[in-house]
Amino acid sequence: MLLLKHAARTFLLSEFVKAMWLTFRYMFRPKATINYPYEKGHLSPRFRGEHALRRYPNGEERCIACKLCEAICPAQAIVIEAAVADDGSRRTTRYDIDMTKCIYCGYCQEACPVEAIVEGPNFEFATETREELYYNKEKLLKNGEMWEQEIATNIKLDAPYR
Amino acid sequence: MADLLVEFFTWAFGVTLVPWFATLLGIVVGILAIVLPLLIAVAMSVYMDRKVWAGMQMRRGPNVVGPWGLMQSFADGLKLFLKETIIPASANKFIFLLAPALTFILALVGWAVIPFGDGVVLANLNVGILYLFAMSSLGVYGIILSGWASNSRYAFLGALRSSAQMVSYEVSIGFVLVTVLMCAGSLNLSEIVLAQKNAFMGVNGYWFTPLFPMLIVFFISALAETNRPPFDLPEAESEIVAGYQIEYSSMAFALFFLGEYANIILMCAMTSILFLGGWLPPVDWEPLYIIPGWIWFFGKIIFMFFVFAWVKATVPRYRYDQLMRLGWKVFLPLSLLWVVLTGLFLLLTDKIPA
Repeated sequence: MLLLKHAARTFLLSEFVKAMWLTFRYMFRPKATINYPYEKGHLSPRFRGEHALRRYPNGEERCIACKLCEAICPAQAIVIEAAVADDGSRRTTRYDIDMTKCIYCGYCQEACPVEAIVEGPNFEFATETREELYYNKEKLLKNGEMWEQEIATNIKLDAPYR
Repeated sequence: MADLLVEFFTWAFGVTLVPWFATLLGIVVGILAIVLPLLIAVAMSVYMDRKVWAGMQMRRGPNVVGPWGLMQSFADGLKLFLKETIIPASANKFIFLLAPALTFILALVGWAVIPFGDGVVLANLNVGILYLFAMSSLGVYGIILSGWASNSRYAFLGALRSSAQMVSYEVSIGFVLVTVLMCAGSLNLSEIVLAQKNAFMGVNGYWFTPLFPMLIVFFISALAETNRPPFDLPEAESEIVAGYQIEYSSMAFALFFLGEYANIILMCAMTSILFLGGWLPPVDWEPLYIIPGWIWFFGKIIFMFFVFAWVKATVPRYRYDQLMRLGWKVFLPLSLLWVVLTGLFLLLTDKIPA
Protein backbone atom coordinates (compact mmCIF):
# COMPACT_ATOMS: atom_id res chain seq x y z
CA MET A 1 0.00 0.00 0.00
CA LEU A 2 2.78 2.34 0.98
CA LEU A 3 4.61 1.37 -2.17
CA LEU A 4 1.55 2.13 -4.24
CA LYS A 5 1.16 5.51 -2.58
CA HIS A 6 4.80 6.30 -3.21
CA ALA A 7 4.56 5.19 -6.82
CA ALA A 8 1.45 7.27 -7.38
CA ARG A 9 3.13 10.28 -5.88
CA THR A 10 6.19 9.78 -8.06
CA PHE A 11 4.39 9.23 -11.34
CA LEU A 12 1.76 11.91 -10.84
CA LEU A 13 4.57 14.36 -10.00
CA SER A 14 2.40 15.66 -7.17
CA GLU A 15 5.34 17.22 -5.35
CA PHE A 16 6.40 19.04 -8.48
CA VAL A 17 2.88 20.26 -9.12
CA LYS A 18 2.65 21.53 -5.53
CA ALA A 19 6.00 23.28 -5.84
CA MET A 20 5.08 24.81 -9.18
CA TRP A 21 1.81 26.07 -7.77
CA LEU A 22 3.69 27.63 -4.88
CA THR A 23 6.14 29.46 -7.13
CA PHE A 24 3.27 30.57 -9.35
CA ARG A 25 1.53 32.18 -6.39
CA TYR A 26 4.77 33.82 -5.32
CA MET A 27 4.90 35.58 -8.67
CA PHE A 28 1.94 37.72 -7.62
CA ARG A 29 3.26 38.56 -4.16
CA PRO A 30 4.48 42.09 -3.50
CA LYS A 31 8.14 42.39 -4.42
CA ALA A 32 10.66 42.03 -1.63
CA THR A 33 13.16 44.26 -3.41
CA ILE A 34 12.96 48.02 -3.87
CA ASN A 35 13.13 49.77 -7.20
CA TYR A 36 16.66 50.91 -6.41
CA PRO A 37 17.74 53.84 -8.53
CA TYR A 38 14.33 55.46 -8.05
CA GLU A 39 13.65 54.18 -4.55
CA LYS A 40 16.17 53.93 -1.77
CA GLY A 41 16.25 52.06 1.49
CA HIS A 42 16.46 53.71 4.90
CA LEU A 43 19.91 54.68 6.14
CA SER A 44 20.90 54.84 9.78
CA PRO A 45 22.38 58.17 11.02
CA ARG A 46 25.46 56.08 11.81
CA PHE A 47 25.85 54.98 8.19
CA ARG A 48 29.47 55.17 7.07
CA GLY A 49 29.66 56.26 3.47
CA GLU A 50 31.80 58.66 1.50
CA HIS A 51 34.18 60.85 3.47
CA ALA A 52 33.86 64.60 3.86
CA LEU A 53 35.87 67.36 5.54
CA ARG A 54 33.65 69.84 7.35
CA ARG A 55 33.92 73.54 8.04
CA TYR A 56 32.60 75.66 10.88
CA PRO A 57 29.55 77.76 10.05
CA ASN A 58 31.82 80.79 9.60
CA GLY A 59 33.66 78.96 6.85
CA GLU A 60 36.77 78.09 8.84
CA GLU A 61 38.15 74.60 8.32
CA ARG A 62 37.58 72.34 11.31
CA CYS A 63 40.64 70.20 10.71
CA ILE A 64 43.58 71.09 12.94
CA ALA A 65 46.01 68.61 11.37
CA CYS A 66 46.39 66.58 14.57
CA LYS A 67 46.87 63.46 12.40
CA LEU A 68 44.91 61.24 14.79
CA CYS A 69 42.88 59.90 11.87
CA GLU A 70 46.06 59.15 9.93
CA ALA A 71 47.45 57.32 12.95
CA ILE A 72 44.35 55.26 13.65
CA CYS A 73 43.52 54.38 10.04
CA PRO A 74 43.92 50.58 9.89
CA ALA A 75 44.19 50.58 6.12
CA GLN A 76 46.68 53.48 6.13
CA ALA A 77 44.57 55.20 3.55
CA ILE A 78 45.03 58.73 4.91
CA VAL A 79 48.06 60.94 4.26
CA ILE A 80 48.32 64.34 5.95
CA GLU A 81 50.93 67.08 5.76
CA ALA A 82 50.68 70.12 8.00
CA ALA A 83 52.02 73.65 8.10
CA VAL A 84 51.36 76.93 9.86
CA ALA A 85 48.82 79.03 8.03
CA ASP A 86 48.90 82.80 7.51
CA ASP A 87 46.78 83.41 10.60
CA GLY A 88 49.20 81.38 12.71
CA SER A 89 46.92 78.39 13.10
CA ARG A 90 47.95 74.82 12.35
CA ARG A 91 46.39 73.64 9.10
CA THR A 92 46.73 70.78 6.65
CA THR A 93 48.48 71.47 3.37
CA ARG A 94 47.61 68.01 2.15
CA TYR A 95 44.81 65.70 3.17
CA ASP A 96 44.51 62.65 0.93
CA ILE A 97 42.30 59.63 1.35
CA ASP A 98 42.81 56.69 -0.94
CA MET A 99 39.22 55.47 -1.27
CA THR A 100 40.40 52.22 -2.81
CA LYS A 101 42.27 51.40 0.40
CA CYS A 102 39.60 52.64 2.80
CA ILE A 103 37.62 49.92 4.56
CA TYR A 104 34.93 52.29 5.88
CA CYS A 105 35.52 51.36 9.52
CA GLY A 106 34.76 54.89 10.70
CA TYR A 107 37.78 55.08 13.03
CA CYS A 108 38.87 58.39 11.52
CA GLN A 109 35.52 59.88 12.42
CA GLU A 110 35.76 58.44 15.96
CA ALA A 111 39.31 59.72 16.41
CA CYS A 112 38.63 63.25 15.19
CA PRO A 113 38.48 65.67 18.15
CA VAL A 114 36.77 68.43 16.14
CA GLU A 115 34.34 66.41 14.02
CA ALA A 116 36.18 67.50 10.90
CA ILE A 117 36.53 64.23 9.02
CA VAL A 118 33.23 62.38 8.83
CA GLU A 119 31.74 59.60 6.81
CA GLY A 120 28.61 60.96 5.22
CA PRO A 121 25.46 59.23 4.00
CA ASN A 122 26.54 59.12 0.34
CA PHE A 123 27.27 55.63 -0.98
CA GLU A 124 26.93 56.31 -4.70
CA PHE A 125 30.37 57.56 -5.64
CA ALA A 126 31.43 54.91 -8.10
CA THR A 127 33.84 56.20 -10.72
CA GLU A 128 35.05 55.11 -14.09
CA THR A 129 38.75 55.39 -13.29
CA ARG A 130 40.82 54.42 -10.29
CA GLU A 131 42.45 57.85 -10.15
CA GLU A 132 39.15 59.51 -9.37
CA LEU A 133 39.02 57.55 -6.12
CA TYR A 134 42.25 59.13 -4.79
CA TYR A 135 40.54 61.95 -2.90
CA ASN A 136 42.48 65.08 -2.00
CA LYS A 137 41.69 67.89 0.39
CA GLU A 138 39.85 69.92 -2.21
CA LYS A 139 37.53 67.03 -3.08
CA LEU A 140 36.89 66.23 0.60
CA LEU A 141 36.05 69.86 1.43
CA LYS A 142 33.71 69.94 -1.56
CA ASN A 143 31.97 66.83 -0.23
CA GLY A 144 31.67 68.60 3.11
CA GLU A 145 29.90 71.52 1.51
CA MET A 146 27.65 69.26 -0.54
CA TRP A 147 26.52 67.03 2.33
CA GLU A 148 26.78 69.42 5.33
CA GLN A 149 23.01 69.45 5.89
CA GLU A 150 22.69 65.68 6.08
CA ILE A 151 25.92 65.18 8.03
CA ALA A 152 24.92 67.77 10.63
CA THR A 153 21.49 66.17 11.05
CA ASN A 154 23.02 62.71 11.42
CA ILE A 155 25.53 63.87 14.02
CA LYS A 156 22.75 65.56 15.97
CA LEU A 157 20.56 62.44 15.80
CA ASP A 158 23.38 60.19 16.95
CA ALA A 159 24.65 62.52 19.68
CA PRO A 160 22.44 61.12 22.52
CA TYR A 161 24.02 57.69 22.10
CA ARG A 162 27.64 58.84 22.28
CA MET B 1 6.56 32.86 -52.72
CA ALA B 2 8.51 32.87 -55.99
CA ASP B 3 5.42 33.74 -58.07
CA LEU B 4 4.59 36.55 -55.68
CA LEU B 5 8.11 37.95 -55.99
CA VAL B 6 7.99 37.82 -59.79
CA GLU B 7 4.72 39.71 -59.73
CA PHE B 8 6.07 42.21 -57.22
CA PHE B 9 9.19 42.92 -59.26
CA THR B 10 7.19 43.34 -62.45
CA TRP B 11 4.83 45.70 -60.69
CA ALA B 12 7.42 47.73 -58.77
CA PHE B 13 10.44 47.86 -61.09
CA GLY B 14 9.12 46.63 -64.40
CA VAL B 15 11.69 43.81 -64.41
CA THR B 16 10.85 40.21 -65.14
CA LEU B 17 12.82 37.85 -62.94
CA VAL B 18 14.44 34.71 -64.25
CA PRO B 19 12.66 31.72 -62.67
CA TRP B 20 15.69 30.29 -60.88
CA PHE B 21 16.58 33.68 -59.48
CA ALA B 22 13.02 34.23 -58.31
CA THR B 23 13.11 30.86 -56.52
CA LEU B 24 16.42 31.70 -54.88
CA LEU B 25 15.21 35.13 -53.85
CA GLY B 26 12.03 33.57 -52.51
CA ILE B 27 14.05 31.22 -50.31
CA VAL B 28 16.29 34.02 -49.04
CA VAL B 29 13.30 36.22 -48.24
CA GLY B 30 11.67 33.26 -46.48
CA ILE B 31 14.79 32.62 -44.41
CA LEU B 32 15.03 36.27 -43.42
CA ALA B 33 11.34 36.33 -42.58
CA ILE B 34 11.95 33.52 -40.10
CA VAL B 35 15.40 34.35 -38.75
CA LEU B 36 14.97 38.07 -38.04
CA PRO B 37 11.80 37.71 -35.95
CA LEU B 38 13.41 34.67 -34.35
CA LEU B 39 16.42 36.68 -33.21
CA ILE B 40 14.14 39.33 -31.74
CA ALA B 41 12.12 36.55 -30.13
CA VAL B 42 15.32 35.16 -28.64
CA ALA B 43 16.19 38.54 -27.14
CA MET B 44 12.66 38.88 -25.79
CA SER B 45 12.68 35.34 -24.43
CA VAL B 46 15.83 36.08 -22.44
CA TYR B 47 14.02 39.08 -21.01
CA MET B 48 10.90 37.03 -20.27
CA ASP B 49 12.98 34.30 -18.68
CA ARG B 50 14.63 36.77 -16.37
CA LYS B 51 11.35 38.50 -15.56
CA VAL B 52 9.51 35.28 -14.73
CA TRP B 53 12.43 34.03 -12.71
CA ALA B 54 12.63 37.31 -10.84
CA GLY B 55 8.89 37.40 -10.23
CA MET B 56 8.88 33.98 -8.64
CA GLN B 57 11.73 35.03 -6.39
CA MET B 58 9.86 38.21 -5.48
CA ARG B 59 12.40 40.36 -7.30
CA ARG B 60 11.78 42.90 -10.02
CA GLY B 61 14.10 41.68 -12.72
CA PRO B 62 15.44 43.94 -15.46
CA ASN B 63 13.45 47.18 -15.34
CA VAL B 64 15.81 50.04 -16.13
CA VAL B 65 16.82 49.79 -19.80
CA GLY B 66 13.92 50.99 -21.92
CA PRO B 67 10.27 50.80 -20.91
CA TRP B 68 9.88 48.03 -18.28
CA GLY B 69 13.44 47.00 -19.11
CA LEU B 70 12.41 45.68 -22.51
CA MET B 71 15.70 46.74 -24.10
CA GLN B 72 17.82 44.90 -21.54
CA SER B 73 18.71 42.03 -23.89
CA PHE B 74 19.77 44.45 -26.60
CA ALA B 75 21.93 46.35 -24.12
CA ASP B 76 23.53 43.06 -23.04
CA GLY B 77 24.05 42.12 -26.67
CA LEU B 78 25.67 45.46 -27.41
CA LYS B 79 27.95 45.07 -24.41
CA LEU B 80 29.02 41.60 -25.53
CA PHE B 81 29.52 42.85 -29.06
CA LEU B 82 31.92 45.56 -27.92
CA LYS B 83 34.02 43.23 -25.78
CA GLU B 84 37.24 41.57 -26.81
CA THR B 85 37.17 37.99 -28.02
CA ILE B 86 39.76 36.20 -25.94
CA ILE B 87 41.19 33.02 -27.41
CA PRO B 88 43.17 30.97 -24.89
CA ALA B 89 46.79 30.45 -25.91
CA SER B 90 46.52 26.67 -25.80
CA ALA B 91 43.16 26.48 -27.54
CA ASN B 92 42.63 25.13 -31.01
CA LYS B 93 41.66 28.43 -32.62
CA PHE B 94 39.67 27.11 -35.54
CA ILE B 95 37.53 24.66 -33.59
CA PHE B 96 37.26 27.11 -30.70
CA LEU B 97 35.60 29.66 -32.96
CA LEU B 98 33.72 27.07 -34.99
CA ALA B 99 31.88 25.66 -31.97
CA PRO B 100 29.70 28.68 -31.05
CA ALA B 101 28.90 29.29 -34.72
CA LEU B 102 27.89 25.66 -35.06
CA THR B 103 25.61 25.84 -32.01
CA PHE B 104 24.00 29.00 -33.32
CA ILE B 105 23.53 27.76 -36.87
CA LEU B 106 22.12 24.42 -35.76
CA ALA B 107 19.65 26.19 -33.50
CA LEU B 108 18.48 28.26 -36.48
CA VAL B 109 18.31 25.63 -39.22
CA GLY B 110 15.78 23.59 -37.29
CA TRP B 111 13.26 26.36 -37.89
CA ALA B 112 13.19 25.62 -41.62
CA VAL B 113 10.62 22.86 -41.18
CA ILE B 114 8.46 24.45 -38.48
CA PRO B 115 4.99 25.19 -39.87
CA PHE B 116 3.65 28.55 -38.70
CA GLY B 117 0.26 27.97 -40.25
CA ASP B 118 -1.49 25.82 -42.81
CA GLY B 119 1.15 25.68 -45.57
CA VAL B 120 3.20 28.50 -44.05
CA VAL B 121 6.48 26.65 -43.88
CA LEU B 122 9.87 27.25 -45.48
CA ALA B 123 10.64 23.62 -46.30
CA ASN B 124 7.68 21.26 -46.21
CA LEU B 125 9.81 18.18 -45.68
CA ASN B 126 8.09 14.83 -45.55
CA VAL B 127 10.57 13.76 -42.88
CA GLY B 128 10.36 17.06 -41.02
CA ILE B 129 10.33 15.49 -37.60
CA LEU B 130 13.43 13.42 -38.35
CA TYR B 131 15.18 16.52 -39.65
CA LEU B 132 14.28 18.40 -36.50
CA PHE B 133 15.43 15.52 -34.34
CA ALA B 134 18.70 15.28 -36.27
CA MET B 135 19.39 19.00 -35.95
CA SER B 136 18.76 19.05 -32.22
CA SER B 137 21.00 15.99 -31.86
CA LEU B 138 23.78 17.68 -33.81
CA GLY B 139 23.67 20.47 -31.23
CA VAL B 140 25.82 18.31 -29.00
CA TYR B 141 28.71 18.82 -31.44
CA GLY B 142 28.84 22.53 -30.76
CA ILE B 143 29.17 21.86 -27.08
CA ILE B 144 31.67 19.02 -27.20
CA LEU B 145 33.83 20.85 -29.76
CA SER B 146 33.88 23.93 -27.55
CA GLY B 147 34.81 21.84 -24.53
CA TRP B 148 37.59 20.07 -26.39
CA ALA B 149 38.98 23.12 -28.18
CA SER B 150 39.05 25.27 -25.04
CA ASN B 151 41.76 23.02 -23.58
CA SER B 152 40.44 23.70 -20.11
CA ARG B 153 39.39 21.18 -17.48
CA TYR B 154 36.16 22.87 -16.54
CA ALA B 155 35.15 23.26 -20.16
CA PHE B 156 36.00 19.66 -20.90
CA LEU B 157 34.06 18.36 -17.91
CA GLY B 158 31.07 20.45 -18.90
CA ALA B 159 31.21 19.23 -22.47
CA LEU B 160 31.45 15.59 -21.41
CA ARG B 161 28.53 15.96 -19.04
CA SER B 162 26.52 17.69 -21.70
CA SER B 163 27.13 15.10 -24.39
CA ALA B 164 26.32 12.20 -22.06
CA GLN B 165 23.17 13.98 -20.92
CA MET B 166 21.97 14.86 -24.41
CA VAL B 167 22.59 11.38 -25.74
CA SER B 168 20.69 9.83 -22.83
CA TYR B 169 17.65 11.99 -23.19
CA GLU B 170 17.51 11.73 -26.94
CA VAL B 171 16.68 8.07 -26.49
CA SER B 172 13.47 8.80 -24.61
CA ILE B 173 12.65 11.73 -26.90
CA GLY B 174 12.94 9.30 -29.79
CA PHE B 175 10.38 6.96 -28.26
CA VAL B 176 8.04 9.85 -27.45
CA LEU B 177 8.25 10.87 -31.10
CA VAL B 178 7.42 7.31 -32.10
CA THR B 179 4.18 7.37 -30.09
CA VAL B 180 3.21 10.66 -31.71
CA LEU B 181 4.07 9.37 -35.16
CA MET B 182 2.01 6.24 -34.63
CA CYS B 183 -1.01 8.38 -33.86
CA ALA B 184 -0.41 10.84 -36.70
CA GLY B 185 0.72 8.39 -39.33
CA SER B 186 3.07 10.94 -40.85
CA LEU B 187 6.54 12.40 -40.39
CA ASN B 188 5.47 15.71 -41.90
CA LEU B 189 5.03 18.35 -39.21
CA SER B 190 2.09 20.02 -40.93
CA GLU B 191 0.30 16.71 -41.22
CA ILE B 192 1.03 15.92 -37.57
CA VAL B 193 -0.67 19.16 -36.63
CA LEU B 194 -3.63 18.52 -38.91
CA ALA B 195 -3.97 14.96 -37.60
CA GLN B 196 -4.63 16.40 -34.17
CA LYS B 197 -7.75 18.18 -35.38
CA ASN B 198 -9.88 15.06 -35.35
CA ALA B 199 -7.78 12.88 -33.12
CA PHE B 200 -9.23 9.99 -31.14
CA MET B 201 -9.96 10.32 -27.44
CA GLY B 202 -8.71 13.86 -27.48
CA VAL B 203 -10.05 16.81 -25.57
CA ASN B 204 -11.33 19.20 -28.23
CA GLY B 205 -9.57 17.37 -30.98
CA TYR B 206 -6.29 17.23 -29.10
CA TRP B 207 -4.07 14.37 -28.16
CA PHE B 208 -4.21 15.65 -24.70
CA THR B 209 -5.57 12.64 -22.85
CA PRO B 210 -3.81 9.59 -24.26
CA LEU B 211 -0.50 11.26 -24.90
CA PHE B 212 -0.40 13.58 -21.89
CA PRO B 213 2.19 11.44 -20.03
CA MET B 214 4.32 11.59 -23.14
CA LEU B 215 3.98 15.36 -23.21
CA ILE B 216 5.42 15.44 -19.69
CA VAL B 217 8.22 13.05 -20.61
CA PHE B 218 8.95 15.05 -23.75
CA PHE B 219 8.95 18.32 -21.85
CA ILE B 220 11.32 17.08 -19.16
CA SER B 221 13.59 15.53 -21.79
CA ALA B 222 13.52 18.83 -23.66
CA LEU B 223 14.71 20.53 -20.49
CA ALA B 224 17.62 18.10 -20.36
CA GLU B 225 18.24 18.39 -24.08
CA THR B 226 18.57 22.18 -23.95
CA ASN B 227 20.66 22.14 -20.75
CA ARG B 228 18.02 24.06 -18.86
CA PRO B 229 17.60 23.99 -15.11
CA PRO B 230 17.06 21.61 -13.32
CA PHE B 231 19.34 19.74 -15.74
CA ASP B 232 21.89 22.47 -16.37
CA LEU B 233 24.78 20.32 -15.19
CA PRO B 234 26.98 21.17 -18.20
CA GLU B 235 27.14 24.73 -16.92
CA ALA B 236 26.57 24.11 -13.22
CA GLU B 237 28.16 27.25 -11.86
CA SER B 238 28.62 25.88 -8.34
CA GLU B 239 30.63 22.90 -9.55
CA ILE B 240 32.33 23.65 -12.85
CA VAL B 241 31.89 27.44 -13.04
CA ALA B 242 30.32 27.81 -16.50
CA GLY B 243 31.20 24.46 -18.03
CA TYR B 244 31.87 24.52 -21.74
CA GLN B 245 31.32 28.29 -21.96
CA ILE B 246 34.06 29.16 -19.50
CA GLU B 247 36.74 30.25 -21.98
CA TYR B 248 34.35 32.16 -24.19
CA SER B 249 33.87 35.89 -24.25
CA SER B 250 32.34 38.56 -26.45
CA MET B 251 30.44 37.49 -29.56
CA ALA B 252 31.53 33.86 -29.25
CA PHE B 253 29.77 33.71 -25.91
CA ALA B 254 26.82 35.66 -27.31
CA LEU B 255 26.45 33.10 -30.09
CA PHE B 256 26.35 30.30 -27.54
CA PHE B 257 23.79 32.21 -25.54
CA LEU B 258 21.61 33.00 -28.54
CA GLY B 259 21.90 29.45 -29.80
CA GLU B 260 20.86 28.10 -26.44
CA TYR B 261 17.75 30.24 -26.30
CA ALA B 262 16.92 29.62 -29.96
CA ASN B 263 17.12 25.93 -29.14
CA ILE B 264 14.78 26.39 -26.21
CA ILE B 265 12.25 28.19 -28.38
CA LEU B 266 12.65 25.45 -30.98
CA MET B 267 11.88 22.85 -28.34
CA CYS B 268 8.83 24.87 -27.26
CA ALA B 269 7.70 25.01 -30.88
CA MET B 270 8.26 21.27 -31.21
CA THR B 271 6.20 20.61 -28.07
CA SER B 272 3.35 22.75 -29.33
CA ILE B 273 3.42 21.09 -32.75
CA LEU B 274 3.59 17.54 -31.46
CA PHE B 275 1.18 17.78 -28.55
CA LEU B 276 -0.63 21.10 -28.40
CA GLY B 277 -1.89 21.29 -31.96
CA GLY B 278 0.55 23.78 -33.50
CA TRP B 279 -1.33 26.59 -35.21
CA LEU B 280 -4.80 25.20 -34.43
CA PRO B 281 -6.83 27.10 -31.84
CA PRO B 282 -7.08 25.39 -28.45
CA VAL B 283 -10.77 24.54 -28.99
CA ASP B 284 -12.20 23.25 -32.25
CA TRP B 285 -14.75 26.06 -32.47
CA GLU B 286 -15.35 27.99 -35.68
CA PRO B 287 -14.99 31.64 -34.47
CA LEU B 288 -11.56 30.87 -33.02
CA TYR B 289 -10.25 30.16 -36.51
CA ILE B 290 -10.65 33.87 -37.33
CA ILE B 291 -7.51 34.56 -35.31
CA PRO B 292 -4.56 33.73 -37.59
CA GLY B 293 -2.82 30.43 -36.95
CA TRP B 294 0.59 31.92 -36.23
CA ILE B 295 -0.86 33.84 -33.29
CA TRP B 296 -2.11 30.62 -31.72
CA PHE B 297 1.23 29.04 -32.49
CA PHE B 298 3.19 31.87 -30.87
CA GLY B 299 0.83 31.83 -27.93
CA LYS B 300 1.56 28.17 -27.39
CA ILE B 301 5.31 28.73 -27.74
CA ILE B 302 5.16 31.56 -25.23
CA PHE B 303 3.17 29.37 -22.84
CA MET B 304 5.70 26.57 -23.15
CA PHE B 305 8.54 29.03 -22.64
CA PHE B 306 6.81 30.31 -19.55
CA VAL B 307 6.74 26.75 -18.23
CA PHE B 308 10.45 26.42 -19.02
CA ALA B 309 11.16 29.52 -16.95
CA TRP B 310 8.70 28.40 -14.30
CA VAL B 311 10.48 25.07 -13.82
CA LYS B 312 13.78 26.93 -13.64
CA ALA B 313 12.46 29.00 -10.77
CA THR B 314 11.00 26.00 -8.95
CA VAL B 315 13.25 22.97 -9.10
CA PRO B 316 16.80 22.74 -7.73
CA ARG B 317 19.53 21.26 -9.91
CA TYR B 318 19.70 17.47 -10.17
CA ARG B 319 22.75 15.53 -9.13
CA TYR B 320 24.48 13.83 -12.02
CA ASP B 321 23.58 10.26 -11.03
CA GLN B 322 19.96 11.32 -10.45
CA LEU B 323 19.91 12.78 -13.93
CA MET B 324 21.19 9.59 -15.47
CA ARG B 325 18.83 7.45 -13.40
CA LEU B 326 15.87 9.53 -14.51
CA GLY B 327 16.88 9.30 -18.14
CA TRP B 328 17.72 5.62 -18.37
CA LYS B 329 15.73 3.96 -15.59
CA VAL B 330 12.53 5.99 -15.59
CA PHE B 331 11.96 7.72 -18.90
CA LEU B 332 13.29 5.05 -21.19
CA PRO B 333 11.10 2.21 -19.81
CA LEU B 334 8.15 4.55 -19.44
CA SER B 335 8.28 5.82 -23.01
CA LEU B 336 8.93 2.31 -24.30
CA LEU B 337 5.90 1.05 -22.37
CA TRP B 338 3.83 3.86 -23.82
CA VAL B 339 4.93 2.98 -27.33
CA VAL B 340 3.70 -0.57 -26.75
CA LEU B 341 0.45 0.58 -25.12
CA THR B 342 -0.32 3.10 -27.85
CA GLY B 343 0.50 0.54 -30.51
CA LEU B 344 -1.74 -2.05 -28.87
CA PHE B 345 -4.53 0.46 -28.49
CA LEU B 346 -4.31 1.55 -32.11
CA LEU B 347 -4.20 -2.05 -33.27
CA LEU B 348 -7.09 -3.29 -31.13
CA THR B 349 -9.39 -0.34 -31.86
CA ASP B 350 -8.44 -0.46 -35.52
CA LYS B 351 -7.44 3.20 -35.52
CA ILE B 352 -4.08 2.96 -37.21
CA PRO B 353 -3.85 6.01 -39.48
CA ALA B 354 -3.57 5.13 -43.14
